[in-house]
Amino acid sequence: MGSSEERLLESLTSRYSEWIMEALGDLSHDLNFLITDPCIAGHPIVFASRGFLTMSGFSREEVVGRNGRIFQGPETDRRSVMEIREAIREERTMQISLLNYRKDGTPHWILFRLYPVFGRDDGRVVHFVAVQVPIPRRRSSSGRQVARGGSLTFGACRNEVRSDLEFRCCLPFDSYDGSDNRGLKGEEMREAGDSEKQKAIDGAAEILSKLMQYSKLAGRVVCGKRPSPQPGVSHISSSLGTSLGRIKQSFVFFSCRTDPHLFDMPIVYASDAFLSLTGYARDEVLGRNCRFLGGPRTDVDALKQINESILAEKACTVRILNYRKDGTSFWNLLHISPVRNSTGKIAFYVGVQVDEGAKNDVHGLSPAVRQLGAVGAVKVAVRSLSSCAGSSSRSSS
Amino acid sequence: MLTIKRVPTVLSNYQEDAAGCGRNCLGDCCLPLSKLPLYAFRNNKPLATAAASQVDLPADFLLNTLLLGQWEDRMSQGLFRYDVTACETKVIPGGHGFIAQLNEGRHLKKRPTEFRVDRVLQPFDPSKFNFTKVGQEEVLFRFEAGEDDSSRFFESASVDESVPPNVVAINVSPIEYGHVLLIPRVLESLPQRIDPESFLLALHMAHEAGSPYFRLGYNSLGAFATINHLHFQAYYLAMPFSVEKAPTKRIHINEELAKNGVKISKLLNYPVRGLVYEGGNNLKDLSDVVAQSCICLQENNIPFNVLISDCGGRIFLFPQSYAEKQALGEVSQELLDTQVNPAVWEISGHMVLKRRNDYDDASEEYAWRLLAEVSLSRERFEEVESYIFEAIGVLKPEKYETETKVKEEASFQPPVAGPPTYPEGCLVIQ
Repeated sequence: MGSSEERLLESLTSRYSEWIMEALGDLSHDLNFLITDPCIAGHPIVFASRGFLTMSGFSREEVVGRNGRIFQGPETDRRSVMEIREAIREERTMQISLLNYRKDGTPHWILFRLYPVFGRDDGRVVHFVAVQVPIPRRRSSSGRQVARGGSLTFGACRNEVRSDLEFRCCLPFDSYDGSDNRGLKGEEMREAGDSEKQKAIDGAAEILSKLMQYSKLAGRVVCGKRPSPQPGVSHISSSLGTSLGRIKQSFVFFSCRTDPHLFDMPIVYASDAFLSLTGYARDEVLGRNCRFLGGPRTDVDALKQINESILAEKACTVRILNYRKDGTSFWNLLHISPVRNSTGKIAFYVGVQVDEGAKNDVHGLSPAVRQLGAVGAVKVAVRSLSSCAGSSSRSSS
Repeated sequence: MLTIKRVPTVLSNYQEDAAGCGRNCLGDCCLPLSKLPLYAFRNNKPLATAAASQVDLPADFLLNTLLLGQWEDRMSQGLFRYDVTACETKVIPGGHGFIAQLNEGRHLKKRPTEFRVDRVLQPFDPSKFNFTKVGQEEVLFRFEAGEDDSSRFFESASVDESVPPNVVAINVSPIEYGHVLLIPRVLESLPQRIDPESFLLALHMAHEAGSPYFRLGYNSLGAFATINHLHFQAYYLAMPFSVEKAPTKRIHINEELAKNGVKISKLLNYPVRGLVYEGGNNLKDLSDVVAQSCICLQENNIPFNVLISDCGGRIFLFPQSYAEKQALGEVSQELLDTQVNPAVWEISGHMVLKRRNDYDDASEEYAWRLLAEVSLSRERFEEVESYIFEAIGVLKPEKYETETKVKEEASFQPPVAGPPTYPEGCLVIQ
């Protein structure tokens, strides 16, 4: 547990220096916001403001490390949830009225404003910030009577508290004023007014400016707008990188030989598991050809077989002796497969490494199935992300 | 008798040549003696639906890894008719985000077969192709309820006579990566007909996958199912479908359903009229309401398609009439020429096109026009809706109906150029 907590803390301190926690704590107390890290598996919350904790009733420990979906409940609109998911996938700003749940199970309407924070050096999203402004109950302009106080809890209880409230959940809904609301169970949509919208925008700007300021101290500057891509830095779009980050296997992407600048098929992406398997740091492998994993006893025939299948644009599996950074060797059951983008052309090759000694996982899945599962997940991610309108890797045709 | 002619899609390599068994098939002769990989899903307590669930989803989804891994393995064995990842795909410009794919390999240059489209329920015909004739190499795994607290995979498990096997097999003509068929109780030779148990099984599969990009679909006979042997389809597409983005309007439901947490809405601003079911305190409550609705349509001989989305938490039901219109000669030649059969995936916004020029010219206006032909008319939809509500015990207040009629009618007009209309409060800043 300790190391995962450290990783959550490092997510902020490595980008914004050691002083960021204090700086965020100094922001106005009624500014409710969360910061999440899409690069960590499960896209967890890495920071929750004091205002947010007061509003939601959760403690910091109950929130940090969890995914933002823990605040959703039975009456949260699924389509709104999907819109948030798509904004995250497309890495854009969005704003929506959302019904969230407090720790005690009571729902409350908020104006939810989400925006990405980009690293200026590589253009990748490093964090998302979610500002949440409570929307007070008010008479809507259409003259509809909004459900009265207390009724908001009906049919809207979190699992943990549902049993206690079962009786209340079963109450007939006739207890509302006005027949328009019959059956709508008090989750009547609340519109954000101009003051909430302004508050969300101002709050978002305030947080961003703090993050930018402190990122300079750490030497890894962030910005709120997607920086224009620098040529040759990476051929992996940031959204793709984020999706790939969720795949737990050891794998690398290397570019195709058809690209004249990349004739030596350099590595353009390396997963965390690859780095821990081989002992190298990310910047030691990006841009290099995979042959550095070979060593004195590596079989030349295996290398030839790999080259032949790449020339034939086919997948292959070879057993090859590889060397870690510390010089120790391991038998790698390497699977290499072409990966096509949305135009149907080969965009990359993926190489998935499996240490020959690997065992079935706790669920009973063999290393071979997990290896091919990673290939499949990579293919799905590359294929769909590259067809997104506006995606940076969209084909120019 | 109403019929249409169409070239059947080849779902299995054994479909063309369904000769006698001399191999490992899924029929009575082979399956009971076989060992197959088994995925046993957690089933010992009522499962909360995605909407009601507060637990974090596992970071490494077991079913996804298994399904993708097995599918990739069959791909390396060369069991598919083409590499679907080599098919071009794009999002059609416009606010609805219809997705088009150019798939020139899916459709055989074969003689069209006659399909009867005026009977939603037809008896199982063992002489025709069915999934018991599929070879076992096309099976990825069995999908059964397990006894443990968590889901588990067994690389090889004997088919137990007391548990009728459900199998997940590849579709050899995939329309996206991971395209599979879920065949409930394959040995029982069930016709294409929804029953509560099978529908719940399909929902379990969506729930186990835990990915909003893995959806299941169902086509009834008369709504472009080609094989009269009970099956659901599923595949991965890591983008939202147009129908998932469409706004909806909640329908007032009765206490009994509300107590189960099930919510029913109507689609707005979408070319095909349909109902959306979501929520539910557990999977079974939600499943039962949808299954009852489907059964009602079956009994009233109304063809329909079903999309299971959002990890089993959101289900779209579309009664449709395209095949009937086609049989009656009411569909324009221009639409027929594209040879797109509007089944569940097309209706949901994923258009598979067979001709290069159709793909290049694909526009939102075309997609809308095609799908508008699928939809029931407003009058007919309301009639069908009232059958469904009667079947599931929902009373519709008259007031609500008259009040929203005008608004709804306006929302079914074809799109005009410009941004899509979002419901109030759903401001999306691009």
